[in-house]
Amino acid sequence: MSVGAIRTSQRAASRRRRVISENVQAYLFLLPAFAVLAVFKIWPAFFAIYISTFKWDIIQGAFRGIGNYTDILFGSRAEAFWRSLSTTFTYAAITIPFEIAIGLVIAYILFQKIRGRAIYRTVYYLPYVTSTVAAAAVFEWVFHPQYGLVNEMLGSIGVGPFRFLQEPDGVFEMVGAHFGIQVPGLLAGPSLALATVAIFSIWHFLGFQIVVFLAGLGNIPEQYYEAAKLDGATQWQLFRKITLPLLSPQIFFVFTIASIGVLRAFNEIYVLTNGGPLDTTRTVTMNVFRTFFQQGQIGLGSAMGVLLTVIILAFTLIQFQVLERRVTYG
Amino acid sequence: MNVPNVLPRASVRTPVRHVTAPQGGTVLKHAVLMLAGAAVAYPFYFMLTASLKSFFEATTTPPTFFPTQLHFENYATAWGMANWPRFFANTFFVAGVNTAGELITSILAAYAFARMNFKGKAALFALLLATYMMPAEATLIPNFVIVSRRYLNLYDTYAVQILPFLATAFSIFLLRQQFMSIPNELHDAAVIDGANHLRFLWSVVLPISVPALVTVAIISFYGSWNSFQWPLIVTSNPDIRPIQVALNAFRAEAGSSYHLLMAAASFVVAPVVLLYLVGQRYLVQGVARTGIRG
Repeated sequence: MSVGAIRTSQRAASRRRRVISENVQAYLFLLPAFAVLAVFKIWPAFFAIYISTFKWDIIQGAFRGIGNYTDILFGSRAEAFWRSLSTTFTYAAITIPFEIAIGLVIAYILFQKIRGRAIYRTVYYLPYVTSTVAAAAVFEWVFHPQYGLVNEMLGSIGVGPFRFLQEPDGVFEMVGAHFGIQVPGLLAGPSLALATVAIFSIWHFLGFQIVVFLAGLGNIPEQYYEAAKLDGATQWQLFRKITLPLLSPQIFFVFTIASIGVLRAFNEIYVLTNGGPLDTTRTVTMNVFRTFFQQGQIGLGSAMGVLLTVIILAFTLIQFQVLERRVTYG
Repeated sequence: MNVPNVLPRASVRTPVRHVTAPQGGTVLKHAVLMLAGAAVAYPFYFMLTASLKSFFEATTTPPTFFPTQLHFENYATAWGMANWPRFFANTFFVAGVNTAGELITSILAAYAFARMNFKGKAALFALLLATYMMPAEATLIPNFVIVSRRYLNLYDTYAVQILPFLATAFSIFLLRQQFMSIPNELHDAAVIDGANHLRFLWSVVLPISVPALVTVAIISFYGSWNSFQWPLIVTSNPDIRPIQVALNAFRAEAGSSYHLLMAAASFVVAPVVLLYLVGQRYLVQGVARTGIRG
């Protein structure tokens, strides 16, 4: 009996030792990653809020409470902020629908038995792997008012020339003017410069959309198509009644990811227009950058950054919520 | 709590073709694909052809579609106008260290989350998920302050371009997913053979996870090679700056000699385009599996 008790307690002790050792090992495994994340990701998230409550022009100044926020939302910075927010959402509105539509059509065609699929795919993915700075430097000249080939091509069908990235006038305004109609300022539409940045964005991310949609198409059971075809469904009906509904998780996914992408866009706008012409491409990110980096108003910029983060987080949370539900029966 | 994954494993493989896919309108389909392909490829065509034009031809209106003479010496000229060898070396160094470092930190952390039991696992995982959701914009300004002279004093160093990126929640998630898929029997067998965690990780887990590791490495390398905003604000010394910042500066130096800018853009994108052509499968799988979008 006493031997048994000793054995039990020995076993318990050795198990405890194993558990402790496993814990210690696990923490050592986690240490490098969490040390980096703690210093450059977790702590800064709180530090951002701290900075945003101070007047902090290059160096830390007086505590302002929510002063920076009220300046941005209602005060001296309000006009620029709301305008940048409106520019950001306009940019999203003229980018995302096209990204989804074009990506969907190309993925749908690519998914079918078609010759040269591999080559097409390689070409479509190419912009996605090219750095934004290099690609934007090229686009700047493709759309150059004088030397760019876009104007040259449009000219051959009697349209243009346009100033593209240097054109602050609204797109609808310009179309109206072409037909001699004066479009009221409210309906002027995005500046041609912003529309050109949108074209860049659509071009740059096409490959991403195609990858996601192709993966989604691969998940649709073939039997659905076969059954529908036995019932005499047309190709449009197949697309409309089977493909589109079953692809809705991917469409939603692309929608949220692209929204977040637009909210975060910096490199392409910085290189293509630097916020101009006449601030028509000054999105929230550009506004943050100008405030904290070019004007050195770190406190104000940080407050704007916090507001931007809140908007991005809202999109992220919606995405997580909806997709988590989707996946359970997907 | 789990990271949403819209794209289940099976979907990552090359999609199965519809045996019975509708065949109508093949010509139309090719027309659409070619038109889109031409539009997508055109900027690359423009970059390469413009990089071979003379200054005179590049600035002729109307522009020429084909260069009349091929001026390969433009590349030498552009190469000589800035310290490109240095920029390339800087970028390869930073990207290399970043990639290796991110692999190490994420392998260890992913293994702990996937295959070890420890106190506070759920809480730490939730914390990781929170950092995953936190966009880079949230930490841009505070990090800018943290690395300033007043705190870490890291302006104009390689360290400032490396340290913040040595661990990402994304890589940890991706590898954790992979490590969890390894059958427990393998672990039990290894334990009977007297292997500890580190040995099991090294000699069993890593060898069968090579595709996932390559995906993490490629994505990490791309991120480093293409990074722009962060090095733009925390470096000013040209000797330390990476290639994208250098290319942006070169836009001003080249001015209207844009044929030289196109030559520079060509050699800046060349390494990643080559990497893409070689590692296309891994990169596409990585995107499909994780849904990251640059």
